[in-house]
Amino acid sequence: MSKPQNAPGDVRSKGLVDYLNDENVRAVLYQIIAIGLIVLAGWYLVSNTLYNLEQQNISTGYGFLDLEASFEISETMIDYSAKSSYASALMVGLLNTVKVSLLGIILCTIIGTIFGVARLSSNWIVRKLATVYVETFRNIPVLLQLFFWYALIPSAFPHPRDALEPLPGVLLTSRGMYMPVPEPDNAYTFMAIAAAIACVIIYFVKKWAKKRQDATGKPFPMLLAGLGIFVGLVFLAYLAGGAPTEMSMPALKGFNIRGGYNISPEFMAVLIGLTVYTSTYVAEVVRSGIQAVPNGQWEAADSLGIKRSVALRKVILPQSMRVAIPPLTNQYLNLTKNSSLAVAVGYPDLVSVSNTTMNQTGQAIEAISIFMSIYLGLSLLTSLFMNWFNKKMALVER
Amino acid sequence: MTTSETSSATHSAFISVDHLSKRFGNKLALDDVSLHLPKGETLAIIGPSAAGKSVLMKCLVGIYGADGGKIVLDGDDVSQTNAPKRAEWAERMGMLFQQNALFDSLKVWENICFRQIELGTLSRKDAKAHAIHLLGLVGLASESADLTPSDLSGGMQKRVGVARAISTDPSILLLDNPTAGLDPVLSNHIERMIGKIAEQRGTTVISITNDMQIARTRYQNLMMMHDGKVYWSGKTADIDDAHNAHLTQMLNGSSQGPITMRTGKREDHVYS
Repeated sequence: MSKPQNAPGDVRSKGLVDYLNDENVRAVLYQIIAIGLIVLAGWYLVSNTLYNLEQQNISTGYGFLDLEASFEISETMIDYSAKSSYASALMVGLLNTVKVSLLGIILCTIIGTIFGVARLSSNWIVRKLATVYVETFRNIPVLLQLFFWYALIPSAFPHPRDALEPLPGVLLTSRGMYMPVPEPDNAYTFMAIAAAIACVIIYFVKKWAKKRQDATGKPFPMLLAGLGIFVGLVFLAYLAGGAPTEMSMPALKGFNIRGGYNISPEFMAVLIGLTVYTSTYVAEVVRSGIQAVPNGQWEAADSLGIKRSVALRKVILPQSMRVAIPPLTNQYLNLTKNSSLAVAVGYPDLVSVSNTTMNQTGQAIEAISIFMSIYLGLSLLTSLFMNWFNKKMALVER
Repeated sequence: MTTSETSSATHSAFISVDHLSKRFGNKLALDDVSLHLPKGETLAIIGPSAAGKSVLMKCLVGIYGADGGKIVLDGDDVSQTNAPKRAEWAERMGMLFQQNALFDSLKVWENICFRQIELGTLSRKDAKAHAIHLLGLVGLASESADLTPSDLSGGMQKRVGVARAISTDPSILLLDNPTAGLDPVLSNHIERMIGKIAEQRGTTVISITNDMQIARTRYQNLMMMHDGKVYWSGKTADIDDAHNAHLTQMLNGSSQGPITMRTGKREDHVYS
């Protein structure tokens, strides 16, 4: 409209080429063509798929989820048997994926932080060992590492008959690790409730302490008080619940070990593999975060007579977090997505269970759509949480 | 004042450094450095880069401990970073860093009164009021109290750095290149402002500078360092033209004293 030759009355006198070269016409026309092509391609794929499925007598839809799964899953966190539905089988897979991812994220953060700090150590041996660790495990494909750990565990540990017992009640065998767990009791439910109540109380005490420090400048020993409230309340609930002491101890019965809590070799292989691999990346993130804070910040705090621990908390960490959190989020997302490799060593994660479901029902598109949306959901949740955390750490306003 | 041979001066000195040495790896950053300064006087330390000026200042303020020799402040031996009197002297000393080293994670007023807030000697309300008062002294509006250091210009950051250095009303003020990176007009202004504040409070001032003109006109004493050693020290009033020419030449690195580059890798250490 801005150019005189584009005035409305002029259009008729122009040829078709001029018309197509008009900026305003182009802007709309090409978008319409692009959208049209996408819709056409989508329609072609969908209609073709539906036609093919119909030819093979496969009914589409998610109705199969209510059918009996009729396959066993070696480890489940909820009640599950071969008689349960496909939906609960997928739920078992999802929970197993979440379990290994969550534990992996926590462990890789701890181990990665240790190695990241160690890479900056003034001690030559510590520094070099950390470098070797990072450079080795970072540069081997994670799938091969899973195979390695899965091959190592059955061959490195003895048969259940000759189980190693590094701690009383803890058994290490070629079939995984066994740990004693308390027998189910109401007291543990009370304790969980008490822990939740303690968290609420601590939240309010912390608020009050902050208010008092703002007004009077008097600091409050929050860590000690919080610990006291938490441990005290949980212990009281334990006593109120009758202080149960019965434990389920793992012991050899027949050819295998019964009782206790079993950590399978598959789970161990996946957890160790993902943790070790991702921890090397976390180590690099931590190192870059610390190095990004200029040395002068330490010195300035030092010159003010501020304790190192306070300087670390109030000055250094908020600044290194700002640098470290976004790449850390990437690593958490990678770990969660890499957990789908668990299928390679037979750990019944979401992909593994979905594969079985697919093979039995033939509902490939539905099964894949389910686990793809679940992974997308998990990743988005992780991103959301980390974005919130980033905001909280970047703006340390009290 | 500066030569350690005159024992009478040593006794009356407020800041007294004797045969101080400090090494980093193989490099001797400070080599037998002595300096004595009476209370309320001002000293400019001048010298080419890597002469050990900043290291000397960081030894004084307690960031580095001495490898040899002694630092005595008003009768208290504070040669080591863990000396019993160090905590007390953290209150009685203020330092302005070369790159200001303001805490990016904190607001301007929290920066200025960081020590008081963390030690709980002032409530946050009083700390903020104190910070705003100090901002006025260094010529900044009270609105800047709620900004973060990254919102400020270089000159404003320098002023906040000065405000933080004087926030505990210290008896010793250490300034590491207070006018580095500022234009001549602003340099002059900042120097004059610091001089005025120090004079009103009777503060003993040690300042690192690269400007011979500023050193001669604004400071009572001058110490020239080169390669970790004291090259010349005395009253600025005693500097005659021949001296001046020689020292200036030295500073510019065109005469006998070769300017050595800092050698050896900088190692990154994690403080924990």
